[in-house]
Amino acid sequence: MTELHHLGVAELAALLKNKEVSAVEVATRFLANTGGNPHNAFLDIDSEVTLAQARASDAKLASGSAGPLEGVPVAHKDVFVTKDFVTTAGSKMLSGYRSPFDATVVARLRQAGMVSLGKLNCDEFAMGSSNENSAFGPVTNPWDTARVPGGSSGGSAAAVAARLTPAATGTDTGGSIRQPAAFCGITGIKPTYGRASRYGMVAYASSLDQAGPMARSAEDCALLLTAMCGPDLDRDSTSLNVAEENFSKDLLRPLATAGKNGQPLRIGVPTQWLGGGAHSPLDPDRPFRHAEGTHETVQARIEAACDALRSLGAEVVAVSLPNASLSIPVYYIVACAEASSNLSRFDGVKFGHRAKDYADLTDMYKKTRAEGFGQEVKRRIMTGAYVLSHGYYDAYYLQAQKIRRMIADDFRQAFAKCDVIAGPVAPSTAWALGDNSDDPVASYLADIFTLPASLAGLPCMSLPVGLGDYGLPVGMQLIGSYLQEAQLLNVAHQYQLATTHHQQRPGAVA
Amino acid sequence: MSLNPNDIARIANLARLELQADESVRMQDQINAFFDIVAQISAVDTQGQIPMAHPLDAMPNLQQHLTDADAQGITLRLRSDVGSEPNDREANQRSAPAVERGLFLVPKVIE
Repeated sequence: MTELHHLGVAELAALLKNKEVSAVEVATRFLANTGGNPHNAFLDIDSEVTLAQARASDAKLASGSAGPLEGVPVAHKDVFVTKDFVTTAGSKMLSGYRSPFDATVVARLRQAGMVSLGKLNCDEFAMGSSNENSAFGPVTNPWDTARVPGGSSGGSAAAVAARLTPAATGTDTGGSIRQPAAFCGITGIKPTYGRASRYGMVAYASSLDQAGPMARSAEDCALLLTAMCGPDLDRDSTSLNVAEENFSKDLLRPLATAGKNGQPLRIGVPTQWLGGGAHSPLDPDRPFRHAEGTHETVQARIEAACDALRSLGAEVVAVSLPNASLSIPVYYIVACAEASSNLSRFDGVKFGHRAKDYADLTDMYKKTRAEGFGQEVKRRIMTGAYVLSHGYYDAYYLQAQKIRRMIADDFRQAFAKCDVIAGPVAPSTAWALGDNSDDPVASYLADIFTLPASLAGLPCMSLPVGLGDYGLPVGMQLIGSYLQEAQLLNVAHQYQLATTHHQQRPGAVA
Repeated sequence: MSLNPNDIARIANLARLELQADESVRMQDQINAFFDIVAQISAVDTQGQIPMAHPLDAMPNLQQHLTDADAQGITLRLRSDVGSEPNDREANQRSAPAVERGLFLVPKVIE
């Protein structure tokens, strides 16, 4: 039998159900892998808690009351609050914090039977795209430990790639599931905004934050997504009142008949994203700054993946997203504004860090926040406070919200011509640790391909499509129309049935 | 447009952040670099565009899922105004920096 840690969610669930292996055996195997904390992927591990959950799962398996994923391990990004593990959101501000309750997503996955291996490192308050903004040290990429795993769900991606867990939760505000999934060669999906409850997710930008699974295949992601999503109407005012769905239901549809009315699936490729690079809509002749950096190997892998989908029966058509390149300023205005509001709760009164010496209440707030927050978080709070301040609100915040509407409209028009949209996740493969740390704007620009779908609230995913520069993984992004997660997973699964890119693993992982 | 040291001090006060001198200088440079790429949005013609505060109001195919409150023009749902959570004061205050007799302690506010 293949060693347990190389098995995916579906395979482990089947073995557990058939009692070929126990939940305690599986948990013990993965706890052995997380010992020593490879890649600094975990922020909290407690084998007693994990084994207690595994024993409870074994009892359910024995009594015939098992959930669909009973006994399969998972690990949670540290922005989901948990009763049994410390929750820090990667911030000194929450060092040692224990929540009195579990996030809805955490509770739902436990309800489905999953056993938690602990909490995963991430950029502080999910702000970043390299995991270097964690107060508890960076995560390293299992494919090359001198490189970043991406972010903000960098611990989640590295842990799945390094076989420390078969699956993980992540959150995606502007690409934080898709980009680390791409950099670490795994599969991840962000559902439609509102599908997964945000209750118990430490808030960064509330109109964008969304939870999703990260695993080694679309099939495994579908299993986790089905368990994670569902209405949570009393606890999240933005939770969609849409019935639970089995996201595995369309996995086996052939692409030749997976489109509207049994037609071939139509894949739209934005002309701004491939073949000539993205351009500023304000001046089509002047390449936008990020375009120069889009690596040729990334383009080549995406084009090859589109060819593979075509050979599976899909049609590839050109679509246009003329306002998508404006996503960078629009996203960082909207997200920073929401962050400055959300993070005002960290005042040193009800939970978290409090400064030791201060003159009065206001001074306590200022010193507490100065000590508790890292540089990127401070920068985003400052940017947000500024764009919301008197005299600048209309020019920045309101203007950004209007362009956000235009970006969402671009997608609506594109989806009149296609079923799903395909493109790159990031302009490059994983960069070296430290490369962008002094130039935050440079890393903002690398978010160009993931931000548009986030602003529109559309479901989107990343799947590995081969290796690019330096033998590092390249991810393809698929974007679906609202509530079309099952269709995205169908396309990804058909691709993964026909190819082996998702089975490649980092050379150092035994 | 470029932020000067006074702007940075004013925003830091609004955001309740104490900045060291070198931190302020770095913050000023980095925020100004960000606003260099923001400048392009002012040239975009947004006449007639309704600000999009939230993805839910851009989901035309979700009409059938909207609640009564949504149908009345409120984008975000409100739950009924009834208590639903148990009184769990002790657990909720366990992570507070300073608590006494069930109350959160803060520095003296009124002289």
